[in-house]
Amino acid sequence: MSTITEIALAVAAAALATHAVAADMHATAYDFGTRPSEAELGHFVSPLPDGRGLPQGSGSVLEGKSVYQQQCASCHGEKLQGGIGDRLIGGRGTLVNDDPTKAPVKTVESYWPYATTLFDYIKRAMPMAAPGSLADNQVYALTAYILSQANIVSDDAIMSADTLPKVEMPNRDGFIPDHRPEHFPPVSRTPHQTLAISPAAK
Amino acid sequence: MTRPVDDLDLRLAREVRDLAVKQRDPASPYFRGDRRRFMLQSVAAAGALAALPRPASAQAPLGATVHDVPPDASKTPGYPLADESYGTRSQFETEVRRRFKTATPLSSWTMTPLEAGVGIVTPSGLHFERSHGGTAVIDPAKHSLYVHGMVDEPRKYSMKDLRRFPSISRMMFVECSGNGLTEWSKPTMRTVQFTHGLTSTSEWTGVPLSTILNESGLAHGAKWLLAEGGDAAAMTRSIPIDKAMKDCFLAYGQNGEAIRPEQGYPLRLMVPGCEGNINIKWLRRLEVSDAPFMTREETSKYTDLLPDGKAVQFSLVMEAKSVITSPSGEMTLDGPGFYEITGLAWSGRGAVRRVDVSTDGGRTWRRAALQSPVLPICHTRFRFAWKWDGDETVLQSRCVDETGYVQPTLGQLIAVRGLNGPLGSIYHLNAIQSWHVARDGKVTNVHHY
Repeated sequence: MSTITEIALAVAAAALATHAVAADMHATAYDFGTRPSEAELGHFVSPLPDGRGLPQGSGSVLEGKSVYQQQCASCHGEKLQGGIGDRLIGGRGTLVNDDPTKAPVKTVESYWPYATTLFDYIKRAMPMAAPGSLADNQVYALTAYILSQANIVSDDAIMSADTLPKVEMPNRDGFIPDHRPEHFPPVSRTPHQTLAISPAAK
Repeated sequence: MTRPVDDLDLRLAREVRDLAVKQRDPASPYFRGDRRRFMLQSVAAAGALAALPRPASAQAPLGATVHDVPPDASKTPGYPLADESYGTRSQFETEVRRRFKTATPLSSWTMTPLEAGVGIVTPSGLHFERSHGGTAVIDPAKHSLYVHGMVDEPRKYSMKDLRRFPSISRMMFVECSGNGLTEWSKPTMRTVQFTHGLTSTSEWTGVPLSTILNESGLAHGAKWLLAEGGDAAAMTRSIPIDKAMKDCFLAYGQNGEAIRPEQGYPLRLMVPGCEGNINIKWLRRLEVSDAPFMTREETSKYTDLLPDGKAVQFSLVMEAKSVITSPSGEMTLDGPGFYEITGLAWSGRGAVRRVDVSTDGGRTWRRAALQSPVLPICHTRFRFAWKWDGDETVLQSRCVDETGYVQPTLGQLIAVRGLNGPLGSIYHLNAIQSWHVARDGKVTNVHHY
């Protein structure tokens, strides 16, 4: 018997032994690492659009306005019009566009399909200089404030694990699955253009 | 007059002295000492900084160390070999990544100087970067990967644990789907670094993701996998579970050493053939689910808005693409005569089957030679012998991949995607690139389709 076969048999035997010991658990082949505690996993937040994974807590538009002014306005603008950070509101009706000189305005209001994404992103990654520093209630409040400024929820809305997934975003049905590889028309039937780089461009 | 032997002794003595200085200089690759202690000391005595030795490499190009250049290197010994070192490139080489000037350097990208590259491997220090919250600094001894959600057995792995699993290596390109986003409606950038420099190839080494997911056991109904980075952006993307089980892997190695910080040290998810953003860097967590998480990057960002207002979502695969890297924008041909046209071709769907080159603006095409190895989902080097007659012309290359997909002209791509604003649909521009050659030999970026 070759050495390789012997090793293979030994590995198989070891794997079987692991099975026998851990008969009530899922069989891990290598058994490296450890089982994380619920508390460890509880540090992570990643809600699904249907609300699963959203934490406890809630926040109002008014509370959100105050947090926004302290934490967000310097990058996203006093009126949520954008700056170093993205513009957050406006732009409805600009997505349908085939004018190469006019850019669509993609914001939370005009483009984002799910309100849960707003909670998820602010919670994980904002504010940029101190990500993860906001409490869940503050994040719910900010979510409420931005959605109210976007005229998606009313000024007395309270956002929570219960209400946030029920918010209907204006562009909810704006997305289609990937249909590539694309089938292109013959070159002779497509637009033709000869353009030189502008002398001013760097 | 100094006798040659004295000259040599003096030179050697100076080299030894210079090396000692470099070994005390935390900015030098020859540094030997505790950088953290140096940092603390320098914070404690910031005023004394001026008294510390100046980096010997103050005037050197990035990544190089300057040495005296003798009139004839064969007539005098070179600099001595250090007992311990980390090699640097020649002091005469100056190519650098260049950053696209976004509003903040914390969410930004730098581009590979493709025009200077040879072969198919991108030097690790020139691999393009795209980060959304700066480059994370992570101690691998304290880093964990969590696997949880719809699995039978949640797991937590240290980097040591992950390195115990059977490993694989793969030469593979990674391309940002925003590569070329400035070029949809008109030619904007001057060099191939800025038109195409968001693609790079490395050899990546790590653990197959299927091994890790099988360890935990996928629960019935598992369809999607969330991957999360441990950086300030806590970057998250959802990956179809079939793709995750097919060929994804968790890389801790790049080009024979640990993965570079800006590529996700200590651990990066590799998703072969798919847009760079989904190759999550600084990977800390994998959560299995029955639905996509609809994160910010996969809804509001990496989606392709069409003129009818609908946006294509989960457009993950990078389609076949090629570009001539030499001659390319801003180069000048030195008069009529022989030139080797060379460039890179790649496809997220497999191997490059063929590259055609046109030296007459797309009227006629001839087959370029492919340099082996031609690997699936990897940069492939092509070459084409060309005798320039001195007339004005346009150079183009066209990639055909193993599925038969033919790289489109920009006209064909726009016919299908439209131009929704100056940036088109922003992502996934894989059209044929045109380089105009003027009579004076000057090469410029043009649209010619």
